[in-house]
Amino acid sequence: MTPQALWTAFTTIVTREVRRFTRIWPQTLLPPAVTMTLYFIIFGNLIGSRIGEMGGYDYMQFIVPGLIMMAVITNSYSNVVSSFFSMKFQRSIEELLVSPVPNWTILAGYVAGGMARGLSIGLIVTLLSLAFTQLSIHNLLMVVITVILTSALFSLGGFINAMLATKFDDISIVPTFVLTPLTYLGGVFYSIDMLPSFWQGVSMANPILYMVNGFRFGILGVSDVNPFVSLGMILVFIVLLAAVALRMLARGKGIRH
Amino acid sequence: MTYALDIEGLTKNYSDGFQALKGIDLHVREGDFFALLGPNGAGKSTTLGIVSSLVNKSGGKVRVFGHDIDTDLSSAKLSLGVVPQEFNFNQFEKVEDIVTTQAGYYGIPLKTARVSAEKYLKKLGLWDKRNTPARMLSGGMKRRLMIARALVHEPRLLILDEPTAGVDIELRRSMWQFLEEMNRQGTTIILTTHYLEEAEALCRNIAIIDHGEIIRHTSKRELLQQLSVETFVLDTEQPLEKAPELTAFKASLDDDGALEVEVAKGQGLNALFIELENLGIRVLSMRTKANRLEELFVRMVEENAREAEKASEVTA
Repeated sequence: MTPQALWTAFTTIVTREVRRFTRIWPQTLLPPAVTMTLYFIIFGNLIGSRIGEMGGYDYMQFIVPGLIMMAVITNSYSNVVSSFFSMKFQRSIEELLVSPVPNWTILAGYVAGGMARGLSIGLIVTLLSLAFTQLSIHNLLMVVITVILTSALFSLGGFINAMLATKFDDISIVPTFVLTPLTYLGGVFYSIDMLPSFWQGVSMANPILYMVNGFRFGILGVSDVNPFVSLGMILVFIVLLAAVALRMLARGKGIRH
Repeated sequence: MTYALDIEGLTKNYSDGFQALKGIDLHVREGDFFALLGPNGAGKSTTLGIVSSLVNKSGGKVRVFGHDIDTDLSSAKLSLGVVPQEFNFNQFEKVEDIVTTQAGYYGIPLKTARVSAEKYLKKLGLWDKRNTPARMLSGGMKRRLMIARALVHEPRLLILDEPTAGVDIELRRSMWQFLEEMNRQGTTIILTTHYLEEAEALCRNIAIIDHGEIIRHTSKRELLQQLSVETFVLDTEQPLEKAPELTAFKASLDDDGALEVEVAKGQGLNALFIELENLGIRVLSMRTKANRLEELFVRMVEENAREAEKASEVTA
């Protein structure tokens, strides 16, 4: 395929993905907006006003970056895992398999689709947060790079999950039992400085902690970890997961007999 | 010579040890209308699945218009359009979106894709349904949608796996006409079908596959010449109580009381009618009992099963 044809194939996949999640917006765009608004009201306003400051900021200001990141992570992941698994389930994945689209373009298309939803939700949650607090950006470049790379990373994770999944239960196991606990324990609602030293050490093994803190550094200028270490970790995980996903596609894991 | 499809020594072994294909060879000329026939589980869909990259092969070579799927898969895929047996599109997408999206996967820009989609959706009688979600279509419409989708990038080789399964007779005939027209315009067509009258009506060359092996690979004409006896069903003016005693033909009555007569190759039908006339039996109409290819197919598959049984007895 020529570079132009590859670009057409890539944009076709992305367009179809965007068409899918916007068509079912009550299932994809609305719920995170409602959930995050509840977080802002309950944790930020009601409980947060009694907690006082954290990391030198109002509790509401402290949790906003983490909540935006949480929404980006879960939506990037769930967009790819549910879309790709549905295609496997309906066998419409065969439309792609019979076509000359190379595996890396298929992967790039799905990841871009996941990022489109993750970042759209991130923007929606950011706009909603402005109704509750004021956000001043400490380092715009850091904010943009961290959120884009994190979205790409979890889109890749969703893709691998969908490749491995054989039934609908399999696509909810990782988000429920891995992603949600790691996100909640990843410093969204608290600074790890509050934890005993043992649990601080344990928290450092949680990759989501680095992403949340990298993003928080971009917005507030405070972080529990070195933000450049955060970026480095995200990049390493992206390369690793992309390699795994491409290997699975080449072998036809779960999609070819 | 470059074949539209050239398969050599193709094998497929599944992880449970089942050997679906035992080293088949298949050659389909450019411009051919080719039928791949066989009973359920014989290996038809596996073969076509490997050609269309939906199944990984275990061994052998597959070339599409000379493009080896091991070394030049992209070119092979560009030449190929596939209509699978099962519906495999997103049921929630609109008809036109399904077709244009498929074109996009082949690198065709949306503007060009829309023109091509309109052409094939109109030809297949689906243009009025272009904005309808696919799940709202009837079974026949869904089949035609898959044909339009397979043709949107103008492939030189079209593979159809049971294209008319579950389609009513009228629609089946109109699909035959469409496929014949595509073939006349130069598209090579390979189909699998359970309707052997379909293969007899459309195809010029035929391969029969059974238990993962090609048991016959020849032209339809040559195959039909092997048919030594043909059975005709005759509707008589007066119902018969028992089959007449004919000198040169074997006659019997079927369950509905119609007269069945076996006519050997080389025997003239005139002699039959003279005998019946002499017995005072007037014939109102006549038809073949089953289509000829079906008789041959059943016989070949049965013979193959018997030989396989004998071979297993010898080995045992």
